[in-house]
Amino acid sequence: MPKRTDIQSVLVIGSGPIVIGQAAEFDYSGTQACRILKAEGLRVILVNSNPATIMTDPEIADATYVEPITPEFVEKIIAKERPDALLPTLGGQTALNTAISMHEQGVLEKYGVELIGANVEAINKGEDRDLFKGVVEAVKAKIGYGESARSVICHSMDDVLKGVDTLGGYPVVVRPSFTMGGAGSGFAHDEEELRRIAGQGLTLSPTTEVLLEESILGWKEYELELMRDKNDNVVVVCSIENFDPMGVHTGDSITVAPSMTLTDREYQRLRDIGIAIIREVGVDTGGCNIQFAINPDDGRVIVIEMNPRVSRSSALASKATGFPIAKIAAKLAIGYTLDEVPNDITEKTPASFEPSLDYVVVKAPRFAFEKFPSADSTLTTTMKSVGEAMAIGRNFTEALQKALRSLEKKGSQFDFTGPVGDKDVLLDEARRPTDGRINTVMYAIRAGATQEEVFESTKIDPWFVDQLFLSKEIADELAAAEKLHPELLAEAKRHGFSDAQIAGIRGLREDVVREVRHALGVRPVYKTVDTCAAEFAAKTPYFYSSYDEESEVAPRTKPAVIILGSGPNRIGQGIEFDYSCVHASFALSDAGYETVMVNCNPETVSTDYDTSDRLYFEPLTLEDVLEIVHAETLAGPVAGVVVQLGGQTPLGLAQALKDNGVPVVGTSPEAIHAAEDRGAFGRVLAEAGLPAPKHGTATTFEGAKAIADEIGYPVLVRPSYVLGGRGMEIVYDEERLASYIAESTEISPTRPVLVDRFLDDAIEIDVDALYDGTELYLGGVMEHIEEAGIHSGDSACALPPITLGGFDIKRLRASTEAIAKGVGVRGLINIQFAMAGDILYVLEANPRASRTVPFTSKATAVPLAKAAARISLGATVAELRAEGMLPKEGDGGTLPLDAPISVKEAVMPWSRFRDVHGRGVDTVLGPEMRSTGEVMGIDSVFGTAYAKSQAGAYGPLPTKGRAFISVANRDKRTMIFPARELVAHGFELMATSGTAEVLRRNGINATVVRKLSEGEGPNGEKTIVQLIHDGEVDLIVNTPYGTGGRLDGYEIRTAAVARSVPCLTTVQALAAAVQGIDALNRGDVGVRSLQEHAEHLIAARD
Amino acid sequence: MTTSTRGAAKAPAVLVLEDGRIFRGRAYGAVGETFGEAVFSTGMTGYQETLTDPSYHRQVVVMTAPHVGNTGVNDEDPESGRIWVAGYVVRDPARLPSNWRSRRSLDDELVKQGVVGISGIDTRALTRHLRERGAMRVGIFSGEAWQGVRDEALLARVKEAPQMEGADLSAEVATKETYVVPAIGEKKFTVAAVDLGIKGMTPHRMAERGIEVHVLPATATAEDVYAVNPDGVFFSNGPGDPATADGPVAVMRAVLERRTPLFGICFGNQILGRALGFGTYKLKYGHRGINQPVQDRTTGKVEVTAHNHGFAVDAPLDRISETPFGRAEVSHVCLNDQVVEGLQLLDQPAFSVQYHPEAAAGPHDAAYLFDRFVTLMEAERA
Repeated sequence: MPKRTDIQSVLVIGSGPIVIGQAAEFDYSGTQACRILKAEGLRVILVNSNPATIMTDPEIADATYVEPITPEFVEKIIAKERPDALLPTLGGQTALNTAISMHEQGVLEKYGVELIGANVEAINKGEDRDLFKGVVEAVKAKIGYGESARSVICHSMDDVLKGVDTLGGYPVVVRPSFTMGGAGSGFAHDEEELRRIAGQGLTLSPTTEVLLEESILGWKEYELELMRDKNDNVVVVCSIENFDPMGVHTGDSITVAPSMTLTDREYQRLRDIGIAIIREVGVDTGGCNIQFAINPDDGRVIVIEMNPRVSRSSALASKATGFPIAKIAAKLAIGYTLDEVPNDITEKTPASFEPSLDYVVVKAPRFAFEKFPSADSTLTTTMKSVGEAMAIGRNFTEALQKALRSLEKKGSQFDFTGPVGDKDVLLDEARRPTDGRINTVMYAIRAGATQEEVFESTKIDPWFVDQLFLSKEIADELAAAEKLHPELLAEAKRHGFSDAQIAGIRGLREDVVREVRHALGVRPVYKTVDTCAAEFAAKTPYFYSSYDEESEVAPRTKPAVIILGSGPNRIGQGIEFDYSCVHASFALSDAGYETVMVNCNPETVSTDYDTSDRLYFEPLTLEDVLEIVHAETLAGPVAGVVVQLGGQTPLGLAQALKDNGVPVVGTSPEAIHAAEDRGAFGRVLAEAGLPAPKHGTATTFEGAKAIADEIGYPVLVRPSYVLGGRGMEIVYDEERLASYIAESTEISPTRPVLVDRFLDDAIEIDVDALYDGTELYLGGVMEHIEEAGIHSGDSACALPPITLGGFDIKRLRASTEAIAKGVGVRGLINIQFAMAGDILYVLEANPRASRTVPFTSKATAVPLAKAAARISLGATVAELRAEGMLPKEGDGGTLPLDAPISVKEAVMPWSRFRDVHGRGVDTVLGPEMRSTGEVMGIDSVFGTAYAKSQAGAYGPLPTKGRAFISVANRDKRTMIFPARELVAHGFELMATSGTAEVLRRNGINATVVRKLSEGEGPNGEKTIVQLIHDGEVDLIVNTPYGTGGRLDGYEIRTAAVARSVPCLTTVQALAAAVQGIDALNRGDVGVRSLQEHAEHLIAARD
Repeated sequence: MTTSTRGAAKAPAVLVLEDGRIFRGRAYGAVGETFGEAVFSTGMTGYQETLTDPSYHRQVVVMTAPHVGNTGVNDEDPESGRIWVAGYVVRDPARLPSNWRSRRSLDDELVKQGVVGISGIDTRALTRHLRERGAMRVGIFSGEAWQGVRDEALLARVKEAPQMEGADLSAEVATKETYVVPAIGEKKFTVAAVDLGIKGMTPHRMAERGIEVHVLPATATAEDVYAVNPDGVFFSNGPGDPATADGPVAVMRAVLERRTPLFGICFGNQILGRALGFGTYKLKYGHRGINQPVQDRTTGKVEVTAHNHGFAVDAPLDRISETPFGRAEVSHVCLNDQVVEGLQLLDQPAFSVQYHPEAAAGPHDAAYLFDRFVTLMEAERA
């Protein structure tokens, strides 16, 4: 029976900003689903606050609402659009929770909206721990297998403490109900830990509920991805085995598909349980993922949990198998059955089968602990990784080594040459799961550990341990061989050794190894991911490399453009870059090129086999890219390689690619150098007569001190060639300068430290622009809300700029053009300026797509990345204007006066991290970027747009209640007006004594509250931290005090994070918030789709 | 503890296809030479079951899953008393088995049972070759069988090996003596199972349902079958070309004439096809895997099933056929290629499937067919 005829329109809820545990995978899933639904002729209405997604591109849905994903806003959208159905299973926990809450509030019933994809009962059965336990029991009664870990449900600390006795003592696992990515869960080994973890868990859980469980630490961990249709057909799409045993969140584990260490009987048992669960839970149409633990000693199976929706794992499973789970889930939701949906890859066979893999997939997590030095780096059941890389090989060792080098992080690959260390120390270290534990294990093996010792310390399955030994033995053979003979080289490549690794082991240069390898004819072949282990011919060119015999790359006649993606998501290089790569692929395909995507990030739209004509799921190292270029050159003409859209990763390869004879299109490697090298860029600025803050470069403390003394403190220091402000800091005195240089590992004679004058109180401005060699198209001008000194990625900004006038824009345009011309840009450039006093300083220029390209594109309704891709391949701005890709006249600097105002707000991952004592990490913004994602608020006036951005990022701004204000001295003057406004809006102010005094002198009444350092008062007066914890504060304004006196603020801000109280850490943000509160109180906040905004804008332009 | 040199130090080996394509790798399992029909299996789990499935007699099995042997060898999972495959082709054999039930390594087991194999070749290239050119004869050579022998000479040997088409192999793999698998729990029925290469799980699935299974040799006559006074008769899977199975076809016709409830699996399905007057034919490269979508046309439901067949029944999908035993229809079909996967008679209690509801290896989706057999026997008794 084909699709339902009673559904004409459907509302899809996205997952909002990228946060840890909910990332780009939902853009991939959501984009697939929206396209399918649209192709089926339904009117697709989308809500997602994240501008950096392909999903929110206006052509993906019929009505795209970049609005906060809160029940309040979603109801406004429903009231306006009146959809027939709501599909909540594609936007992660955010969408599911929003849908449930709308159901509970009766909104869905009120507007006659049917929930499709999952019913409320099924969602509750899958998500509620107690109900799910009942499901598992029912399954066991039916089929005889599967059980839950012994556990107790607790609603208070008393329950929790009693529960431990019921379970037979410590350690126990704490899992809060209804939280995302396992937030708030962890292992408690004693009462102190239990009180902390469970206390937090009770707070985090929207139902004040946690589950205590027997410990199954060290067991084998598996996941199955299942799909079910309305006819009760069920397929298991993929099995995934965790390399790291139980105790590490699956998002933080190295995982392997298919499972490697199960016999058929054990696998079929998991399959039977999985199928029985999806039936018992009642997921009627769609996917779910189920996690299992298996006791390695006797095979006892425990069902851990299920997610009745698409997930990070389902995205991984889709990429690992070629079976597009989200796409098929969308089809099932509107009435199709699995046997009615064709398998895209074979075209001839139906989707009602189970993929068979003739390769091994390894996923490795990417962490960002270096951004949060005080955070505890132990991996637990709370997910902490910010991204992941996936690699495919014909065996485990090959896939593993490819995955590790895909992480593109210092030390992520096995080191077979460095000093080893003490075996016992290493084995002891390996007990604690951490980022890079696998490397510790390899050191231990090199230090002489036995397989039994490694297993004893890590509980990693002996088969995996043996594979690590295999890699190490090959490294030994490489080291011991008299010369690199072809068999040995081929064997090493078959096990995933990179040219660089072999070079290291042999004491050669990487390019020498490559030359030898090519001379010996040892080159990779490219195999196809085909869902069926070659049983049927594959129509979709989805490739991975392997050192095997036969290549499957077909010849082609059209010229190809190879687009290099951005690799694993990390802080500073995320989904925004994937957005630009995907746009390039679409635009170049339209322009008649064969598009070839190279990327290793399984979460993304770029690695959907549907996005480009060909997909290479490969690491983005020079070696891997050169081999792909070689293979594609053999297949047909190659027009060029695009490096400027995937962020710093491909940009960093530009020069080496060119040196190897690869045609790099767009901005030349020399031009990239002119922008990135301080000296060269300085000359560009000097020639154009543009001022930059005083600066210098040094490789030693003495050098840095001399510069700082000359230009005066505070100075901004950072290593050269980094993205996301890595290691960047504002230094206020010589003492800190000395310790900064001493601590920094990134500084060396070839990588100097940059010392800049820090511009206090400057307005920071970001510009995205296109340049074709003669004409500049100013894409957009963004004014930061926070002052200079806070990383642009962490700063909120407004477009069009809210306080800059025509004269300023003119100056910005002239400066941008001069730089673009001087550097030699062909495509996109992003420039950061600081306006201090009346001087416009140039802070830096990036000759590539920036993080803000998707935001700018959506705010101005112009596809900048598409235009950049075309310019790279020779089109001019004038031609693109004529084609209609760019507006006929004007640009992002000449937006009409009534153009909508867009505000971008960054989303920070504070709540994910704890220090070793279990306390939160500080939330102060600084020059080093730490946000994981962003939201956009768009409206006709700034205040409303800002309020929407806050609602999208952190939850709605309060419109009344109690506001606590405590600001640094330098902020006291600027605080007065916004504070007065808060009072005018009916807020009751609380302040610490110093701030209260200033407020009172200005005629503003504020209650003095005790600082944490003052302790509880004689009559039980609570400190501010206690007040926050008790929920007695609705808004917090707390700006940090320069270098010292931070501790009190730290406690306040971490309490705010724990209680989810809005916390503003700059006065500029306070001023913006006041405008937002003002808008909310006026009660005229409406919703408007991007399509409507664009129509309005285009009408105004004409 | 194994060492790295174990696999690498093994002797060179070569795999020669009858059309002249050659793959060079390392010996796996026993060293020597072997011949058979090259077929590929796409199952990612269950190598022990595959190796011991009598239907693979005289076939050289290519595993598309690259890692084989990871869970070692245990004593519970074999489907018969020995390894039946003629040769074994894998890409990356395990150096160290890891599983709580594992007793020994697969490599050792292959050596012990004298199964010649090859590892380290591009199994995907070989699979694609077989897919495009069809299943064909193959030889694997290592040690003295390979040393100093020219490729042309090896190819000539391969071409001398017997073809699968026209091969009558059931008697070679089936039991010589009748044996009884007792019912688990209360005994409800007696079934005579004609062993044409039966897998151990099949009588077990029946025994679980209260059936006492009398497993008879492939050469059993109708008198032998009725000597056990059966409530139902079962025809098993097995190797070879169904066109040669005249004996079992005759026995089946006798059973059909007596209208005894009848169930056939795999080879048994082909025999039912022949007994009803349909033809059988050789598929280009067969169905061998545990992920095949089969639709039960009586309910419309899709089941994911285990397959191992190189031949199929040629019956019309679009209509009911008149046969000497009344009306018959195709009850099950493979959704990948519309191959007949099941037959049923509409006027008397008899049905069969081409695939493996007993699974082992494979999903348990089709286990309901054993219940269907029980229902037929219950109805007959009532």
